[in-house]
Amino acid sequence: MLKLTAYADKISVVPGEDISFMVNCEAGPKYKADLVRLRCGDENPEGPGFQETVVKSSASKTYKGRKQTIHAGSFACVASAPALEGLESFTLQAYIWPSTPTKGTQGIISYWREVPKKTGLALIITKRDGSLAVCLGDDEGKIEVINSGKPLVAREWYFVAVSYDAKTKEVKLYQEPLKSHGRTDDHAFVKKKSTLKSVGSHDCPLVFGAYFNEIDKGRVVCKGHFNGKIDRPRIANRVLNRAEMMEAAQGPIPSHLMADLVGVWDFSVGITTTTIHDIGPNRLHGRIVQMPARAMTGHNWDGSEMNWHHAPQLYGAIYFHDDDVIDAEWEVDFTFSVPKTLRSGLYAIRLRAGDTEDYVPFAVRPPRGKATAKAVFLLPSASYLAYANERMATDAPLAQLLTGKLSLLSAQNMYLDQHREYGASCYDVHSDGSGVCYSSRLRPVLNMRPKYSCWLGGKGSGLWQFNADTHIIDWLESTGTDYDVVSDEDLHHEGLSVIENHQVLITSTHPEYFSKEMLDALDAFKAKGGRLMYLGANGFYWRVAFHKSVPGCMEVRRNEGGIRAWEARTGEYYHSFTGEYGGLWRRNGRAPQTTAGTGFSAQGFDISSYYRQKPDAKNPRAAFIMKGIKPDELIGNFGLVGDGAAGLELDRADRLLGTPPNALVLASSENHTNIYLVVCEELLINYPGLGGQENELVRADIVFYELASGGAVFATSSIAWAGSLSHNKYKNNVARMTGNVLKRFIGPAPFS
Amino acid sequence: MPQIQELEGRFKVTEADRRVVAEFKKNPVGHHTPELQQVLNRFRGAPMADKYCLIIETPFKKWRLGQTTGDRAQPVKPLDKTFTSLEDAEWHVFKLRWKMHTGETLK
Repeated sequence: MLKLTAYADKISVVPGEDISFMVNCEAGPKYKADLVRLRCGDENPEGPGFQETVVKSSASKTYKGRKQTIHAGSFACVASAPALEGLESFTLQAYIWPSTPTKGTQGIISYWREVPKKTGLALIITKRDGSLAVCLGDDEGKIEVINSGKPLVAREWYFVAVSYDAKTKEVKLYQEPLKSHGRTDDHAFVKKKSTLKSVGSHDCPLVFGAYFNEIDKGRVVCKGHFNGKIDRPRIANRVLNRAEMMEAAQGPIPSHLMADLVGVWDFSVGITTTTIHDIGPNRLHGRIVQMPARAMTGHNWDGSEMNWHHAPQLYGAIYFHDDDVIDAEWEVDFTFSVPKTLRSGLYAIRLRAGDTEDYVPFAVRPPRGKATAKAVFLLPSASYLAYANERMATDAPLAQLLTGKLSLLSAQNMYLDQHREYGASCYDVHSDGSGVCYSSRLRPVLNMRPKYSCWLGGKGSGLWQFNADTHIIDWLESTGTDYDVVSDEDLHHEGLSVIENHQVLITSTHPEYFSKEMLDALDAFKAKGGRLMYLGANGFYWRVAFHKSVPGCMEVRRNEGGIRAWEARTGEYYHSFTGEYGGLWRRNGRAPQTTAGTGFSAQGFDISSYYRQKPDAKNPRAAFIMKGIKPDELIGNFGLVGDGAAGLELDRADRLLGTPPNALVLASSENHTNIYLVVCEELLINYPGLGGQENELVRADIVFYELASGGAVFATSSIAWAGSLSHNKYKNNVARMTGNVLKRFIGPAPFS
Repeated sequence: MPQIQELEGRFKVTEADRRVVAEFKKNPVGHHTPELQQVLNRFRGAPMADKYCLIIETPFKKWRLGQTTGDRAQPVKPLDKTFTSLEDAEWHVFKLRWKMHTGETLK
């Protein structure tokens, strides 16, 4: 079991800048940190082996270890205020859409103090029977729960409210389904006298979607996390009658209620931010914690509008999850100032204590606005975020169908299985079954590690994403080629300037997730004569958005088409971070073929195959690529990832999807197993014969084309490609072809 | 070991499928006949409760048999069986699954 886990505050750093590390050490009183330059993270004895170089640095020290914990679960909170502290009589109300009403106590609107004595008021779902309840606590620590006794039905909208009269002690509880179902008794109105003398006051935060427990190292920590949506929460300082509740709920707020309403929260205001807005007179604005989902359809969404920008009044809901995690919020253990002389590359802080270790990788960029090499490797940090702490091998029944073999669980998988609080990936679902649409790197991302082998990474090395990408780094090192490394986030935030001084951009094995900013920068790079080496597959596929104020936090909406681990609910296709329409780039007018000549066509995760040369391989324009390769040679019938260079995910050229008319298809893969299947966005009508043995769309095309700008594009169209580069000590036709392209692409002569 | 109860009207693995056993033993991962693939789809597509998996003990050298639970509150269960060959592990689990589906013990 892992006993060291850590993360950094940055994914890339410019020489001269600081990078900080947050470490959880349960391995003893001390741990050792070292800076290493990474070359190959693959421990497969059939390959070049694990390779790193320790680099002297000020970070390389022994540090005092300590345990650091993560508090999972999202909520929204508002600092206490006189208007809340002075409440005697009150009304709490909201619309709710509970997704797991039977899971236990869940806070909806809570103004609650847990210690030293429980006191306050909270509208909750009770663990007794999954029905609506009010929980009241007096100043003596005595609490009383009054529930509706009618279990809420999961995934149905309700208007819920409670009023309390401080003089008469009368409690009224309202549980009103917005939709009635036959033989379903979930409507309730309860009127009852409280046995408490009074409801106690305190100065703890008001919380939506949980109830306040404590402050831990500056972090607001809650209990009773709610799964589901909350829309239009209101608090009044007196008993509202049913008609007044409706007036308060629907707005605009009538003047005769203005003085009575303590808070009128409109979650459709500031959707792109982390602020929740009180549109009432007290302006009790608050903040969301651990990024519950915004731009969610509200109780009144009726399908008349799909874009929350056009009708925000239909998107007044926030979706809370008891396992949301965006920021571990650990205390900094050490900060490292990257020397100005450190050359660009892929680095990590290596942490060791006894027999346990962890690595925190990051890119060291060239100085801003400069290139220190002609080639630049784009570290696909957006794609790493999408897969961050992915848990399909332990959670998803289809995992072993996709791979055609038993799932192999690494130490990281086992740790994540026991530590759900480390958060999930955008390939997972929340505990209530809804999709995870946000991910972040401000937590240990245990599958973005050298030495990590992944159940999804094919027979053999079993590599996926970060560790697979070290095969490219390893090959670059083997050729003696100088290269810089920059990350997706650099490209997103700083645009073309990050790569414009480079001659050739080399992608990772699987650059799947791209923001518009990233894609625009890459297009501009090509338009300025840049050369693109796309050494992977299923790239430029999903459109993503980065949060404007929360660093390293990314959003993906799995809309309508594409290979999806979950499906965005209808009406929730627009990013909350930006308002952009999410989903596939193919559905946003920029299919991957328009970026790199090929796009996602099929996937399978058992064994890989080879490419057979096509007539275009003999075209004189491709002579520089095929130099040294015989016309009848199969390409890549060997490799560490599934025993072949064509495997895992495969792209194809398609003129109708944007492959340029001058593209040459030099070789295509064949003879894939029937575990490989055509991607679902190709299936307008589903039909038999979609497997690799029968379907011509199950193939990877090696494509080359020149750009009008004098630049060029080379695409290998297979995730497994990089796993073949080191075969036979780097002397093989995959390495030769890749090397031929790199040599020409680095050269100054424009392509005509 | 509980016997798998398949839905009526769906493909069931029975002793009549025994012809695929030798093919699997020879090549557990890779190209398969449609007959073997259909059996493997049943085996590998099982729900997560008590589903067999392998826990890496020494990378590329040693694996321990485990079972997922299908319950997030209950982590993977390591079992008292290890392997030094992935082919051996696949064959072992194939036999366990065959028994669950057909009641027959393969040697």
